[in-house]
Amino acid sequence: METSLPPVGAVDADHLAPGAPLVLARNVQKHFGAVKVLKGIDLAVQKGEVLCIIGPSGSGKSTFLRCINQLERIDGGALFVSGERVGFRQVGNQLHELDDKAIARQRRSIGMVFQRFNLFPHLTATQNIIEGPVQVLKQPAAQARERAHALLERVGLADKRDAYPSQLSGGQQQRVAIARSLAMQPELLLFDEPTSALDPELVAEVLLVMRDLALTGMTMIVVTHELGFARDVGHRVAFMDQGQIVELGPSQAILTEPKEARTRAFIKAVRH
Amino acid sequence: MNTDPDNLVIVPRRHYGRLIGAALVLLALAAIVHAFVVGQIEWSYVGRFLTVRTIMEGLANTIVMAILAMVLGLALGVLFAIMRLSANPVLSTTALGYIWFFRAIPVLLQLLLWYNLALVFPTIGIPGIASWKTVDAMTPFVAALLGLGIQQGAFTAEVVRAGLLSVDQGQYEAAQTLGMTRLQLLRRIIMPQAMRVIVPPVGNEFIGMVKLTSLASVVQFAEVLHSAQSIYYANSRVIELLLVAAFWYLIVVTVLSLIQGRVEAYFERGVARSPGR
Repeated sequence: METSLPPVGAVDADHLAPGAPLVLARNVQKHFGAVKVLKGIDLAVQKGEVLCIIGPSGSGKSTFLRCINQLERIDGGALFVSGERVGFRQVGNQLHELDDKAIARQRRSIGMVFQRFNLFPHLTATQNIIEGPVQVLKQPAAQARERAHALLERVGLADKRDAYPSQLSGGQQQRVAIARSLAMQPELLLFDEPTSALDPELVAEVLLVMRDLALTGMTMIVVTHELGFARDVGHRVAFMDQGQIVELGPSQAILTEPKEARTRAFIKAVRH
Repeated sequence: MNTDPDNLVIVPRRHYGRLIGAALVLLALAAIVHAFVVGQIEWSYVGRFLTVRTIMEGLANTIVMAILAMVLGLALGVLFAIMRLSANPVLSTTALGYIWFFRAIPVLLQLLLWYNLALVFPTIGIPGIASWKTVDAMTPFVAALLGLGIQQGAFTAEVVRAGLLSVDQGQYEAAQTLGMTRLQLLRRIIMPQAMRVIVPPVGNEFIGMVKLTSLASVVQFAEVLHSAQSIYYANSRVIELLLVAAFWYLIVVTVLSLIQGRVEAYFERGVARSPGR
């Protein structure tokens, strides 16, 4: 797949006008105690782009993803989504931490799909999907339910409307989880190793749904070990190791002829 | 005679120990029944006083007090459980102190303390706005409600905390990701799941509470045991009236156990357990 997206360097970080990147990270740092997990991440993701992040476990890819929707708070640098600073409000030359309500509002436009699905076990598939729209966006329940049924159809689960998560396979649960995040009509979808907890034969059905989603122009950041998916669906691939982006570029280039030795070693290890 | 080694008759083993045990138990049960039949109990009195007005009023007071004290206990329990899990050290330590104190003092003693509060504070109220004489405010009803409800809160707080901790961290994250505020996610996502863990012990405590209300007789609260006592002070049918009270406790607790089963089934929804589905 050819990418027509501008290289990162072309994005002027200080002018977040229309056409600016949807997600912009500048020197993002995060540490847990003395352990530095993110050592300065610089990244720009354009609207409509699918960026795949690969790398060994412990490299900080999931942590970076979780910083974007504030499941983790960053300790340094700056993160912007849709030109809005994530987690803080600038007052003069100070940054004020956002309150609960403001954080919740920022999260609304960002969907997240988890490795372990995290469906609400006490709610049916439909109820899982309408929970956000009804409680957070205050949509009328009937309208939300109608949309939920359409979304379930889109992920191939029209017959599972009233099933509880415990009655669904892992692949089905993950597809409901994708439908749940789509119901919020997000501008950006984050996937945190969405197929890592699945039995091998169930991986394809989830990847297919994600591919279809990418084709609709959804902006997606996908942390994954599925190199095939990264090559076929991702516009660009970032390889992370030890809290840094080691290599970033068009997915074909990174996956077939990586420049860095570490990237080469990792891809070889995953392939075999 | 059939001697085919593949086709022999099976003779079950005799469990002589079990048979002897069962016989002894039956004998003991018969002895107990016999003792009560020949014992000095006027069963006709039990029947006659079972539904008299005083007993019925006492029963109503027992039920109302058990419910109100439990509601107060649950409200305090949820509040202090959330406080204990707070990141603010003042809130979490205060909750810890509350649980420590009210779990440590015997309920009977707490009831007496509340009832005699007037000895410490002759008047209570909000300074400059309103005040009451403590003797008038601290009726048997109020003393019983505070004594039972506040100590119940200390126990319930621990049960609720266990329930909250039983919910997977991923559930908090999924709810946050949908843009829910902390209150929304507690109410809509976390509490309904925590209830599955909370309901069985709370049902147990509710049954305990029904029986604890009998202690409120010491602060002159007219619950069912107090009513039974007030009758036997007059007619001296002590055992008969105690049996009347015992009968009603049995009934109330039986009904509560049935309700508890229903509530548990409701919060079990979505949880796969029975393999035969």
